Amino acid sequence: MNSASSQPVIRCQSLYKVFGLSPGQLQFDNIGLIDRSFLDRKDAVIAVDNVSLDVGAGELLVVMGLSGSGKSTLVRCLSRLIEPTSGKVEIEGSDLLAMSEKKLIELRRNKMGMVFQNFALLPHRTVLENIAFPLQMRGMKRAKYVENAMKMIALVGLDGKENSFPRELSGGQQQRVGIARSLAVEPDIWFLDEPFSALDPLIRKEMQDEFMRLQSILKKTIVFITHDFDEALRLADRIAIMYHGNIEQIGSPEDIVLNPATDYVRKFTGDVPREKVLTAGSVMDDRKPEEELASRSVRINDRVGAIAEYVLGQPIPVPVVDMHDQLVGVLHQTKVLQILFPDKDIQTDS
Amino acid sequence: MKELLNKGLSRQRRTQGILVLVALVAVLLLSKYFNLLPEFLDELPLHTEKSSIDVGYLEEASYDELVPVGTILDSAFYFLRDDLGVGIVTRFLSYDILKKLINIFDNILLGGGKGFGFGSPPWTTLLVIVLILGYALKGWRLALLSGGAVCYFAIFGLWQYAMETLSLLAAAVPVSILIGLVLGILCYRKKSVETMLMPILSVAQTMPHFAYLIPVVVFFGVGHQTGVIATIIFAAPPMVRLTLLGLQKVPPEILDAGRMSGCSKRQLLFRVQLPSARNEIMLGINQVIMQCLAMVVIAAFIGANGLGQRFLHKLISLKLGECVEIGFAIVLLAIVLDRLSRAWAEKKRDYTANLPFYRRYKYPILMVVLAVITYILSGYFPILDKIPRDLDITYAKGWWYLTDWVVINWGSSLKGLRYFVIVDILTPLRDALLYMPYSSVLLLVGGLGLLLGGYYSALLTLGFLVFIALSGWWDRAMITAYMVLFATFICIIVGIPLGIWSAMNERRARAALFWCDTFQTFPSFIYILPVIMLFQVNDFAAIMAVIVYAIIPSVRYTIEGLRNIPPELHEAVTMAGCNKRQRLFQLQLPVALPHIMLGVNQTIMFAFSMVIIAAFVGTIDLGQSIFKALSETAIGKGVTLGLCVSFLALTVDHLITRWAREQRRLLGQG
Repeated sequence: MNSASSQPVIRCQSLYKVFGLSPGQLQFDNIGLIDRSFLDRKDAVIAVDNVSLDVGAGELLVVMGLSGSGKSTLVRCLSRLIEPTSGKVEIEGSDLLAMSEKKLIELRRNKMGMVFQNFALLPHRTVLENIAFPLQMRGMKRAKYVENAMKMIALVGLDGKENSFPRELSGGQQQRVGIARSLAVEPDIWFLDEPFSALDPLIRKEMQDEFMRLQSILKKTIVFITHDFDEALRLADRIAIMYHGNIEQIGSPEDIVLNPATDYVRKFTGDVPREKVLTAGSVMDDRKPEEELASRSVRINDRVGAIAEYVLGQPIPVPVVDMHDQLVGVLHQTKVLQILFPDKDIQTDS
Repeated sequence: MKELLNKGLSRQRRTQGILVLVALVAVLLLSKYFNLLPEFLDELPLHTEKSSIDVGYLEEASYDELVPVGTILDSAFYFLRDDLGVGIVTRFLSYDILKKLINIFDNILLGGGKGFGFGSPPWTTLLVIVLILGYALKGWRLALLSGGAVCYFAIFGLWQYAMETLSLLAAAVPVSILIGLVLGILCYRKKSVETMLMPILSVAQTMPHFAYLIPVVVFFGVGHQTGVIATIIFAAPPMVRLTLLGLQKVPPEILDAGRMSGCSKRQLLFRVQLPSARNEIMLGINQVIMQCLAMVVIAAFIGANGLGQRFLHKLISLKLGECVEIGFAIVLLAIVLDRLSRAWAEKKRDYTANLPFYRRYKYPILMVVLAVITYILSGYFPILDKIPRDLDITYAKGWWYLTDWVVINWGSSLKGLRYFVIVDILTPLRDALLYMPYSSVLLLVGGLGLLLGGYYSALLTLGFLVFIALSGWWDRAMITAYMVLFATFICIIVGIPLGIWSAMNERRARAALFWCDTFQTFPSFIYILPVIMLFQVNDFAAIMAVIVYAIIPSVRYTIEGLRNIPPELHEAVTMAGCNKRQRLFQLQLPVALPHIMLGVNQTIMFAFSMVIIAAFVGTIDLGQSIFKALSETAIGKGVTLGLCVSFLALTVDHLITRWAREQRRLLGQG
């Protein structure tokens, strides 16, 4: 899904956000890092600390962190709702932070959409008026924005609710409105700030499925904020884990589970059921010559949990094939057992 | 744990502090009793003749400024008006702009316009308009209420006055709202404007209505439009505050959503922030309408026309029955405007329904058609145009009989009550307060300030009192304070139990809140009526009026405080096996206490504003002097007196809100 080859849609470099300090006051030491003793003296709080990341076209980057880790501030810096203290943000190659107010508004009216944790619906507007709001800001004619908004209502499955007020909707429905509003301008870049955190677990699951459905149709470039590691694993192409304003690690879900870069990341990954994260491809071995293989193969991107029953039912290793049915490796039963029971000491090579 | 200890200690220390304070005050009082107190700590060096107080009058001669505050203000105002030419500007505003605006509404509502040639609209025309408006906005109940009001004006011969008042409101309300909105937005955008404006607003909102009138008269002259100006100025402050509060309360996420939708600054303000702050703004508009109506009677003192003037004339000639008739008209007008404006704010719109023109606009069309029909018909049937006043439909006589009946049957017992309260309670209380050396009052208030809010509070409250002391109105201020204290005391011992009783079940609570709402829409002058009917014109009547008016917030805040306790807490104490009495004393009252104290604070503020109005029925406090200053248009004196009242109120307000905020923090209520 990644298209790393082309230019990234969002690129940010050494981004800092320090609350209680104006941009000119920030002091760097000789290797370009921030002077921390100065912050203490000024009673300033550092929320985003030297963050650099790229998001490719059509990629879904999940930024994961607990409350206070700076993830919400980061996404607001990327959309310039908050003015970063220092650093660089590029949107499709153009410098976001150098843009004039007018250019910025233009960008938001055409290229960006954002979904908020507490929905942020305008309480005085109906569902339709909320969804049409960004279109009205653009100055679209009434007939046209009503038509477009009705399309969005159908897309998120809220038909018949267009004249309800937000207060008359359930949480899940309200967030559907929030999603529809953020998509109304057909943006290329989609920011979601903990969109499902305020919802009940069952509704959250349902909304995640809905979100995946939408993304499979729309293929937006997405920055998705969450504090829920399971959610991150379910949705992400890549995950960035934030702690105290830093990005501790950024990588694919498997990468993070298999090779946690820091102790902090390890704490999260420790309890994760690996079979839900790891794919056949990430645990397969090369085929030894003349090794006998089972008749049915598994695909390289199948999750281990989904194929474990079949693999463990076989007396001999199982072949792994890629999208074009080419053999790329073999899966040994011991590997699968190790993943299912990470704490047991399993003898290899029986 | 450590923090808890600290709080506990500081609480203990505060109790000790209060004990020390009381002891110090007691020492001062005792030393005065034994003639040990030096003169300069006892009385301010004024030529107050104590003997005159015993008779019940403070002669004007006893007024002598320590610092000539009044004279300084006098020359400042006249310098502004005459030498700096502000007078030219204000007169231009008044005569050339406002008068034209008022004329427009007068022409529409009263007829006699030069340009239009229409007469005043027939009452039936207005009736069908408000009927349809009420129905379209909310339903038949509102339609009946508003239609009923129109009929009331027409039937009881109040048509012309009602239209004059409506015209005054039509000019004053929008201007006031606009000023409030603009200032509120400015405060929101610029912190410096806020810090500058807020203290001014505090003073403005606690300044007695009558004290306002004097500078307005000096700058704008006397007359109908001056009344409108006074109304505008008085009604704007709550709008500023509520606009600011509303804007500050908009969740940051909503602002982010607006920005991400590509709002420009202007779009963000008009289409996101102001609409999201709508509850507060609507409350503000509501407040403006209510304040304007409250001013309707007061502005009549400087020549505003309408129901207020009529009311005042009848009140001065003690035609109480007619007063009730007119007062009810004012109250009706207040309630109808209140409900209509609220219903309008809550109206929904349907975007998708694709209706033909005549169905989408069925109500406006119906309204125009019926208005034209009634207008034409009234040309043929005069009764549809005006109900002739010589029919003399009135129920004022009934009130006369009622008053007579009360005086005949209850007269002696009411008199006994009055005598008892004045001789055995009020006079000793007043004398006690006047006996207190000024230094002990300063010590008490400053000390409380120090204990409740630290040095800042101590300096602020002392500053307020020192101003009063220097201005030379100390004794009268003490009399005002005693009346307010007494009224507040009664409000608390009646109002809080009443609130507790009302809060016991849902239905009663809702009914009580409804009546609080309704009584609060009554302009304050209305409350003077029943007390005059029962107690004639004297101190006691004045205090009764204050009590009746000021008790409302005590009841309301008690109910709110008790009912807003989270249900989990109720469940917790139920599981702990509390009975009703334990629940009340162990849970409800302690948790609701900060809110109830805010209610008491409101009661005190209401009492201060009413006590000045009540001077109209005979008191000898600051209010009486303000009336005198108004009749002499003595601007410096009037404003000084107004500031004295304002500072007294602000002192109490500051101390109580400090305390309530601290208690809330301790209870973890934010």
